[in-house]
Amino acid sequence: MIFRRVTGWPTWGGGWNPFGEIERIRQEMNRLQDAFARGLIGERAAGVFPMMNVTEDKDSFYVRAELPGIKAEELNISVTEDSLSVSGERKLLTEDQKATYHRREREAGSFSRMVTLPASIDPGKVEARCADGILTVVLPKAEIAKPKQIPVKAS
Amino acid sequence: MTDGEKKSLQAREKAEVATPAEQFKAGPVFSPAIDIFETDKEITLLADMPGVKAKSLSIDLKESVLTLSGEVESPEGPDEVDVLREYRTGRYFREFTLSQLIDQAKIDAELRDGVLHLKLPKVEKATPRKIAVKSS
Repeated sequence: MIFRRVTGWPTWGGGWNPFGEIERIRQEMNRLQDAFARGLIGERAAGVFPMMNVTEDKDSFYVRAELPGIKAEELNISVTEDSLSVSGERKLLTEDQKATYHRREREAGSFSRMVTLPASIDPGKVEARCADGILTVVLPKAEIAKPKQIPVKAS
Repeated sequence: MTDGEKKSLQAREKAEVATPAEQFKAGPVFSPAIDIFETDKEITLLADMPGVKAKSLSIDLKESVLTLSGEVESPEGPDEVDVLREYRTGRYFREFTLSQLIDQAKIDAELRDGVLHLKLPKVEKATPRKIAVKSS
């Protein structure tokens, strides 16, 4: 009787388990470690082609993607007030049937991706250019989204 | 789908090179994705090197080792701040050893839309030749 009340572990039915919290934390950590090892957490590509870099300055957003071998005519770009969609298909040159491949690391296929921008843009003024396999889309911000200086009046 | 499922492209991170030699400039070095295929007359090499312009691409051939090296300039302007960064930019580097079959004087290189097309014609005696069999 006294033994049970002092240590409190193990208990049957009720009773405060001082190791309960620690057990729970340890289980959580194990689960996290597992997920990390399997690559579910941590730095990972979004998994949608193409990968994009979005940058901004005070007037516009710039979205860039690496699309080697894709010509401007093969791309389909559309914008709404706060998002950009890029889709298209990458074809590899069809070579002779008699060619034998030694290495094949480049892939072909279709792609479609939408990226949401953190502020509104002006869809009428968007420009896109594709040079050397890099697509650059310049999205000027809508007037309300540009930062405005507020003068502080000294009374 | 009727004939041939249209495959959709998967995003892949660029493969980084364990740098073979010290580079002058700091920054990541990537190994470009390459297709190599061979026909009777020549070997063709296609390399994905987006962001490399013709003047910053150097193709070196020394003692049968072909070295591809492309510089990429940072596309962002100085005032730009990152909102989302999913890929890094850096130079491209890859080396190959060519076999003796290549006629090194006639190698042809073309850079189009960020893809390098490299044609390596085979030496005359290496192109297979059919021998006509005469029956007497």
